[in-house]
Amino acid sequence: MLHIVNKSATDRGSLESCLRMATKGSAVLLIEDAVYAATSGNTAAAKIQAAVADLKIYALGPDLAARGMVGRVLDGVNVVDYGGFVDLVAEHSNCQSWL
Amino acid sequence: MQFGILVNEGPYSHQASDSAFLFVRAALEKGYKVPRVFFYHDGVYNASRLATPPQDDRNVGARWSRLAADHGVDLVVCVAAAQRRGITDGVLGDNFRISGLGQLVEMGIQYDRLVTFGD
Amino acid sequence: MSDMDEMEDGSGIVKKFMFLNRKAPHGTVYALEGLEVVLITAAFDQDVSMVFTDDGVYQLMKGIDSKGIEVKDFSKTYRALDGYDIEKLYVDQASMDARGLTEDDLIVDVTVLAVDEMANLMAEQDVVISF
Repeated sequence: MLHIVNKSATDRGSLESCLRMATKGSAVLLIEDAVYAATSGNTAAAKIQAAVADLKIYALGPDLAARGMVGRVLDGVNVVDYGGFVDLVAEHSNCQSWL
Repeated sequence: MQFGILVNEGPYSHQASDSAFLFVRAALEKGYKVPRVFFYHDGVYNASRLATPPQDDRNVGARWSRLAADHGVDLVVCVAAAQRRGITDGVLGDNFRISGLGQLVEMGIQYDRLVTFGD
Repeated sequence: MSDMDEMEDGSGIVKKFMFLNRKAPHGTVYALEGLEVVLITAAFDQDVSMVFTDDGVYQLMKGIDSKGIEVKDFSKTYRALDGYDIEKLYVDQASMDARGLTEDDLIVDVTVLAVDEMANLMAEQDVVISF
């Protein structure tokens, strides 16, 4: 399953809820304000780094750039563009948005 | 492969409509079909032709109308949500139409993927 | 034009639909309008589950009285769901615990799931609609 999270982890619990429920081998794509969680120094970074062991974590590049965060992306997080976002949806038989 | 898109929020207040639009555009560029986009909750506000945003920024509603014109995407606004919010046939932008929630359910049944963009 | 004009898409396809409810009632519109989608879906003979996690569990509280905030009380609609053959209501145990709730606090019968069970349920769905 592809899980899509769009809210900042320092603002909402949606990323935490997602990581709690995502089964091993799932993909998690961070878009919009959720991309902050994938940046060094953010309190959610530790959760993301732990999650990388069991989940494939992606962040939407244009959203990172729009927030000045491109240089701070955590190791292990894959940056994709909108084309990559489309590929992720196509590749996974189902998807779920955590709003 | 056919994608259905659900947009739960109105223009500008949330990034949802922008994210959905850019996703749809990328999907179409890759050769996927996006037969319908369904607007629910405050998403119905995307359909108003009365918006006059500043010239130096994107016009979210008009952008959807153009996408529909260029690629045949069916832009459906939920009747119940629209009635609550004063979005009537009289204020619809080009290529938007008002219809029932059944159109959303049909997307889930008939299409290969359904992606929700919201708050 | 009414929402009830569309009944069944006639294709015979049956998919697993999951409606994900994570928000409390009344502070936002999502609980009410989410319920409206579920009721319409009942006409399409799909395999429907409603999942309540995080603050979504609050939607099912007994004793809701919205008269003072002058907002329509839709809480009894959850009890009408089984009349629409929407019988699979799942609640996340941990979300209940974090809010001091038990099944006795809820207005309908639900199936309470542990995190692994809930995760597996989500993973097997065809269509997930989030509000």
